[in-house]
Amino acid sequence: MSIFINSSSKIIVQGMTGSEGTKHTRRMLASGSKVVGGVTPGKGGQVVDIDGTSLPVFNTVAEAIAATGANVSVVFVPPKFAKAAVIDAIDAKMPLVVVITEGIPVHDSAYFYAYSLQKGTTQIVGPNCPGLISPEQSNVGIIPADITKRGPIGLVSKSGTLTYQMMYELRDIGFSTAVGIGGDPVIGTTHIDCLRAFQDDPDTTAIVMIGEIGGDAEERAAAFIAEYVKKPVVGYVAGFTAPEGKTMGHAGAIVSGSSGTAQAKKDALEAAGVKVGQTPSETAQLMRDILGR
Amino acid sequence: MDLYEYQARDLFEKHTVPVLQGAVATTADQAHDAAAKMGGKVVVKAQVKVGGRGKAGGVKLAVDANDAKEKAGAILGMDIKGHTVHKVMIAQAAPIASEYYVSILLDRSNRTFLVMASVAGGMDIEEVARTAPEKLAKVPVNAVDGISLAKAKEIVAQAQFPADVADQVAEVLVKLWETFQSEDATLVEVNPLVKTEDGRVVALDGKITLDDNADFRQPDHEALVDHDTANALEAAAKEKGLNYVKLDNGQVGIIGNGAGLVMSTLDVVAYAGEKFGGMRPANFLDIGGGASAQVMADGLSIILGDPDVKSVFVNVFGGITACDAVANGIVQALDLLGPKATKPIVVRLDGNNVLEGRAILNAAKHPLVEQAETMDGAASRAAELAAK
Repeated sequence: MSIFINSSSKIIVQGMTGSEGTKHTRRMLASGSKVVGGVTPGKGGQVVDIDGTSLPVFNTVAEAIAATGANVSVVFVPPKFAKAAVIDAIDAKMPLVVVITEGIPVHDSAYFYAYSLQKGTTQIVGPNCPGLISPEQSNVGIIPADITKRGPIGLVSKSGTLTYQMMYELRDIGFSTAVGIGGDPVIGTTHIDCLRAFQDDPDTTAIVMIGEIGGDAEERAAAFIAEYVKKPVVGYVAGFTAPEGKTMGHAGAIVSGSSGTAQAKKDALEAAGVKVGQTPSETAQLMRDILGR
Repeated sequence: MDLYEYQARDLFEKHTVPVLQGAVATTADQAHDAAAKMGGKVVVKAQVKVGGRGKAGGVKLAVDANDAKEKAGAILGMDIKGHTVHKVMIAQAAPIASEYYVSILLDRSNRTFLVMASVAGGMDIEEVARTAPEKLAKVPVNAVDGISLAKAKEIVAQAQFPADVADQVAEVLVKLWETFQSEDATLVEVNPLVKTEDGRVVALDGKITLDDNADFRQPDHEALVDHDTANALEAAAKEKGLNYVKLDNGQVGIIGNGAGLVMSTLDVVAYAGEKFGGMRPANFLDIGGGASAQVMADGLSIILGDPDVKSVFVNVFGGITACDAVANGIVQALDLLGPKATKPIVVRLDGNNVLEGRAILNAAKHPLVEQAETMDGAASRAAELAAK
């Protein structure tokens, strides 16, 4: 098992004919993911050959689902067209939509998130995220598939490169699923959604949660852990040295006033029984101590 | 991007939110002319992106144009909480009967928009929220539905605005929503929204924050950028398309890939630096996933141009980009920089093709470059070199 995606996930790529879309479709296929087609409005009917795999292109997500039975969509569409692409997927009742695109205006992401809630049939991951991977089963997005293998650890993180770093630190143990939920102010899937799924997943033994400054998602996650999560959780929070009022790369990573500081998040997590590391390596060591490996 | 009050006023006017006359001035003479044109009493207001300017003496009533010139002369150049006043706004004065508060903002916690409204305006709204929360109505606004007139009337009723202004305030809310949505704002705040003695509802002071991600469809926003107050290094980095933030009191220059990893690198350096007399990171610089030679060279040259920097820590995790490509980028960047590269550089590579990457740097034998195998070890070494 795993969370959100597994070996039977059938993936379509929105924006497959663009350069990023093509590059990452190739990588997903190489890692064994079942990519079954792409969507580019106006290019329906074309067939794209990627390293010997022929992939049909559709005008809409609904057509792609009808023809391929896809149950996951991954979005590489540029910011300007991302809102329309996600709405197309929601209208088609696509169960899982993973939005990789960086730089989407927050009015657009707030809109498609609200729209997905109204329709009630689509879970969004991202935007501005690396996607998710269940090693040796399915890889949806841009997380390198060769860092590590299948194993007992579940990982949820706002940051892409810290996800890779943590997977690398614990590569000999392996992961059930690693989810990059994205660093934007409005995201579709939260730490809490992933923590709940990991708690309920029989193949996940322990959980790593990586947070960063800004917002109160980590504080909320801490409250949720105290209430619901029985499996051991280790945490890491980035941004202790970030000054107030300066955005640190991720649109959501900004400390305003006293809220959203790294220290407040660390304190909240520790109060919920989460062991929090001072560096990524120390966090990995805490996980090793828990698993006895 | 946070706007100045006068810029917010202009955007309100553009979207027909009722405002009083206002003009911006950068000299006392300009202030005189603006006040003369308006006639009557005016208010001279310091334009700074920080609260508490009234208490600091940055807002003065002037009885006529000559007085406005004098008051502007006193306010221009003033320091308000570390912000130097370069501009003042000359605003028409109006007799005020009541002061209210309204705002529309992005509510990150609940992943929606939020309207806040109160008849207890004019003062610190956080104080109101803390001491008299029943006086502050908070109403979630769905991004799909927005604020219709009917919704606005609901909000006005919930906030218990008096009957004589309820309709006017509802109309203002609809227009503020138009401003919020069509300008791609993440905050539109009016404090105070006032009722004048003749019964008109007017936005007297406003704050707007715009979403930089929407710049591609907001061509007018470029003109609102305040180039004067930007840090010179930050401005140079922005020109090169680099994601750079200068940090105070730092000695270790930082380059990394990915916002989260770079934020983490700053922390790890500050942590390691405690052992070396309190060495701290001097900047945030995320060169993104690609990390080509040119981007690496641009990044290194910005950081080496910072006089505060004593050593540099390049921290790259090869995910999609392989470490050998990154290593080649570093070698080529140092070739491009030539004698301009003068400070020790500690490189930590990990991930995809790490052995090949390390071999390339070893073979290049650049006298300034040394490698470390772990992030913690590299941070410690960079802090040690900075302290020398």
